[in-house]
Amino acid sequence: MSSAAQVVSAKAPPRPRTSSWKNLRGLLPYTARYQGRVALGLVVLCAMGVVGNVVPLITGSIIDSLSGLAQPLAHLTGPARSLLRPLLPFYQPSSRDTLLVFCLALLVVVAIKGVLSFWTRWILIGVSRDIEYDLRNDLLSRLVQLEPEFYVRNRTGELMSRATNDLNAVRMVLGPGIMYSATTIVTMALAIVLMLKLSPVLTLWVFLPVPLVVVAVWYFGKLIHELSEKIQASLATLSARAQENLAGVRVVRAYRQEEAEMRAFDAPNREYVGRNMEMIRTWSMFMPGLQALIGISLLLVLWQGGRQVVLGNISLGTFMAFYFYLGLLVWPMVALGWVTNIFQRGAASMGRLNYILNAEPAINDAEARPDGSEIRGAIELRHLTFAYPTAGNRGAPGSAADPGEPTTGPVLQDINLHVPAGSTLAIVGPTGSGKSTLAALIARLWEAPPETLLLDGRPIRQWPLAALRCAIGFVPQDTFLFSETVRGNIAFGVEEAPEDRVAEAAQVSSIFGDIQDFPARFDTLVGERGITLSGGQKQRTALARAVIRDPRILILDDALASVDTDTEEKILRRLKDVMRQRTTILISHRCSTVRHADQIVVLRGGRLVEQGTHEELLALGGYYYDLYQKQLLEEELERS
Amino acid sequence: MSDFREEEALGKAYDTRLTRRLLAYLRPYKRRVWFALALTLAINPLELLTPYLFKVAVDSYVVPVLQHHLPATAGLRGLAWVTLVFLATVMLGFTLYYIQIRVMQRVGQEIMYDLRREVFGRLQRLPMSFYDRSPVGRLLTRVTTDVDALNDLFAAGIVMMLNDVVLLVMFAGGMLYWNWRLALAAFAVLPLILVVTLLFRTKVREANRRIRVAIARINAFLQEHISGMAVVQLFNRERKARQQFEKLNRTHMLAYKDAILAFALFYPVVEFLGVTAIALLLWFGGLRVLASTLTVGVVFMFMQYAQRFFRPIQDLSEKFNILQTAMASSERIFKLLDEPVTVSLPAEAQTREKPRGEIEFRNVWFAYRGGAEPAEEDWVLRDVSFRVTPGQTFALVGHTGAGKTTIIQLLLRFYDIQRGQILLDGVDIRQFNLQELRRHFGIVLQDPFLFTGTLESNVRLGTEEIGRATVERALAEVGLGAFLQSLPGGVTAPVSERGATFSMGQRQLVSFARALAHNPRFLILDEATSSVDTKTELLIREALDRLLAGRTALVIAHRLSTIQHADRILVFHKGRLREQGSHQELLAQRGIYYRLYQLQYKDQELRFPLAASGEGAGAPLPADD
Repeated sequence: MSSAAQVVSAKAPPRPRTSSWKNLRGLLPYTARYQGRVALGLVVLCAMGVVGNVVPLITGSIIDSLSGLAQPLAHLTGPARSLLRPLLPFYQPSSRDTLLVFCLALLVVVAIKGVLSFWTRWILIGVSRDIEYDLRNDLLSRLVQLEPEFYVRNRTGELMSRATNDLNAVRMVLGPGIMYSATTIVTMALAIVLMLKLSPVLTLWVFLPVPLVVVAVWYFGKLIHELSEKIQASLATLSARAQENLAGVRVVRAYRQEEAEMRAFDAPNREYVGRNMEMIRTWSMFMPGLQALIGISLLLVLWQGGRQVVLGNISLGTFMAFYFYLGLLVWPMVALGWVTNIFQRGAASMGRLNYILNAEPAINDAEARPDGSEIRGAIELRHLTFAYPTAGNRGAPGSAADPGEPTTGPVLQDINLHVPAGSTLAIVGPTGSGKSTLAALIARLWEAPPETLLLDGRPIRQWPLAALRCAIGFVPQDTFLFSETVRGNIAFGVEEAPEDRVAEAAQVSSIFGDIQDFPARFDTLVGERGITLSGGQKQRTALARAVIRDPRILILDDALASVDTDTEEKILRRLKDVMRQRTTILISHRCSTVRHADQIVVLRGGRLVEQGTHEELLALGGYYYDLYQKQLLEEELERS
Repeated sequence: MSDFREEEALGKAYDTRLTRRLLAYLRPYKRRVWFALALTLAINPLELLTPYLFKVAVDSYVVPVLQHHLPATAGLRGLAWVTLVFLATVMLGFTLYYIQIRVMQRVGQEIMYDLRREVFGRLQRLPMSFYDRSPVGRLLTRVTTDVDALNDLFAAGIVMMLNDVVLLVMFAGGMLYWNWRLALAAFAVLPLILVVTLLFRTKVREANRRIRVAIARINAFLQEHISGMAVVQLFNRERKARQQFEKLNRTHMLAYKDAILAFALFYPVVEFLGVTAIALLLWFGGLRVLASTLTVGVVFMFMQYAQRFFRPIQDLSEKFNILQTAMASSERIFKLLDEPVTVSLPAEAQTREKPRGEIEFRNVWFAYRGGAEPAEEDWVLRDVSFRVTPGQTFALVGHTGAGKTTIIQLLLRFYDIQRGQILLDGVDIRQFNLQELRRHFGIVLQDPFLFTGTLESNVRLGTEEIGRATVERALAEVGLGAFLQSLPGGVTAPVSERGATFSMGQRQLVSFARALAHNPRFLILDEATSSVDTKTELLIREALDRLLAGRTALVIAHRLSTIQHADRILVFHKGRLREQGSHQELLAQRGIYYRLYQLQYKDQELRFPLAASGEGAGAPLPADD
């Protein structure tokens, strides 16, 4: 996989246009699934908005009654009158009864509002969590379909960030984002209507700061969003630095790099603080500024409202009502600001999620022609030339590397090979000569050019991917185990794993004995990346994992490297029994491993240079012969 | 899984102790904190002032005009003055608030910088056993997310909360001063609010705990599956992975829904109680207004006070949310900071400028688990004794899991042994300063680990004494000279995540060069040469030959061809040192080593027919292509 990484990593994931609201369109299918609930939630929200708008009218009326006015709120017309209609009969100037009734009414109205508010939140925020659930599932579903090239192009950390942080940001849009913006719109709309009816002049004055608020909120919102992105980037760098330090702890300790690491950590730490400070500078203008603007609105109510009362245009109760309306509008105004931020970040995040959700799996069943036939395991390579895809793929400029070193040119060149079903093929060659690549192509982790790789006589792409993989037991060079029990790891690739099958696979891989020595035997947990097992044990577990699948094709990529010769011998013997009539592909550096293969090929610089049985290759006197000789010579020299 | 239990351990009444500990971090910034608090005392009276201004406006100017006690012009003028004072209040409030935020947020950032540094520093000192049981992802959360959670606490939390408390006190005082009966009417709902808040707090805390656990599980799952996606796909694991994930996902969603329920109930209830207070005020105040014992202005003022009074309360309860998260995070951080560095440090550390180069194991017993008294089956090394004389190369052989890698880890004191002694130049290694001890060892691990950076930084790491020339020389000596030339930038060629751009063999060679560049007295190789092709291996062998001279070396390999070169061979089997001696001696014993060697011997039997035909042993080594 290394040569792949070298050339492919040049391509970075595309950055979505940050202010692209179109990204949010991707959410429509998700919301559509819950449209009934969303609609109900919005209806309830509207009701809540209406009810909330009644409160200032009631309090205003109380004041007017206390002031001894014959009519509440000077002139009550239109919608305001309709809203207060049930209470109007009880209105008397300077009356204790009026006071009582209206106070009670206040309580009732707020109680109703409370119920509606609960309901709204329960529905709308609840739906946002449901959608988040759907989105997260879909993200994983997509991720498991994507080919290794995707994972070479995109760092794990980056993908994790998207699946967590970006998903969070999107959920904020769906939940608080929608709820608060809807509340704002409904509340404000009705409030404006009512206020205009009470006093157009005062309404104008009160709303004077509003455009300022909206502009300030929008401007600062944008600024804050950009700054958050910078902060996120800085955090990613900081995390990566720390992550490497933690993952490579043994090297750090062995080389006494503790101090050096601390010094190196300083820079990203400072940088992160710096970015946060930039944000703080903005925020410290924004929040107090907003408060000041609200204060000014209040000021205007006081001044102009008082003025209007003095001039006799409105009643004291109306003045009070306006005060309460302002109170009603403060939260929506602030929320507007917050919500803009949420939407902006959500849009950017959705863009990043779309990158994953819309990624098309390059390795797929597009050309599959399933006909239910069983895979027998005959592999054929016809003029197979393969190069890892890059952004330019024109080959590295001036690469005069050693033969066999990874280049950006073709990794495999014109390979012609025929592996009969049930035979054993061994592949040897220098580091980076393309051996692992070949194995990866057979397992279709990377896509070979059309018609160059055939399985049972048919192009490999014609076989359904699932069927192909089912037929293969793969032991990669880099052993990767999961944080599961030993049993869970061995049975990783099978649907059901009865005890005897697991035990059998462990026996074949010569790890059964070791497992018996584990504290919980098969139920022992294997830590992150299997760290509690030795290298050899990890490899043998990985081997058992492959063997238990009873595969038609077994591929071992340097799978016995960390295993000593004695054990290797045992394993190969047992494998031979198990793999009778099944195809085995062995990749190794050791002659001891490959000697008994039906067919051995030598890869150098991506080319197939020698081919034959052990004896035939020795007779050729070429690379394999040299290899063998060198190994023997070592032994001979050492013995003398 | 034990790690998740940690995320769950919450809700214990350690709040005061934690708080005290957290407050200690404010100490270096004492002056700024006091300043911010002083600002609190300045800002809050301004909050008190504004409702009062309303009262003045209404009672002193508006109402008198309405009742014809004051001419309109005087009333308007009065209003204008009040407005001006109001404006001044707003402006002053803005300025002070701005300053307060700047100051406290900065303090918060500085504290987090300090904490991050401290946590990272602590991690550098924690023993290997800690790393064995802690997933990297979780530790990373400590350094980043958990520390960040504390920012809200320091920057916004502490001072803002104090703000709220002072405000409440001032409001209460003001209200009681003006009309204690009305004030009591307003305060009537307080007990209810407190009760509701407490109930809410308990529910939310529980839900938050479950949410945190769920998130940790989801993240661990994702991390693993993304890293190992190739394996997932190779083994047709996609469907099961989706199923498993869906379960984790659902748990997460349900935990959140519980939290939503709590919030959805809380806000309306508190709002209702707040309006109840206002209704009470209107009732009691209104009655007095009708009896002409109170003015409308005072009622108005009281209403404003009541409203503003409840906002800090709501604020505080929201801050509890932040507080909870911060507390949980701080608990985890402190747990990490309190983690013992179990490797004991000597009272008087020994140093060795140039060690003679002698290593001795004396009756060493070791187990990874079980503490001081491990169970019988946990012992990884049993009564191991051997001595390596200076300048010799020792080879460790045996089955995988026989204890060879452990020997190396013990030499570097990654773990401490339960019984016996390990001696360097006759001195127990526990007598040495850890750094000092490790200085003398150069190590190449089984899994070659490269860092993001450059080729040069990977060889030199952070050791400043190693210059570029040394780096280049070391790389050349391991056989990467030509490769180095071919790279644009040479030693400054970039190395990305874990060295993914290099082949397995190249990564090993680089980690080898790393060991060489540091020029240690002892060299430790752990199966480093086994995954590389013969040609590369021979390159290393040549360089090794040159470098082994004058060094004491321990080599772990499975292939006898590489270890027969050694001066002495140690044969391990199931944790015990079964045989030791030279190659010939061991063969003569017809023991474990003999059996291991036999397998190679079989290969040599085959060679003889070829030798007879004139090829093989007699032919010179073919030249490299």
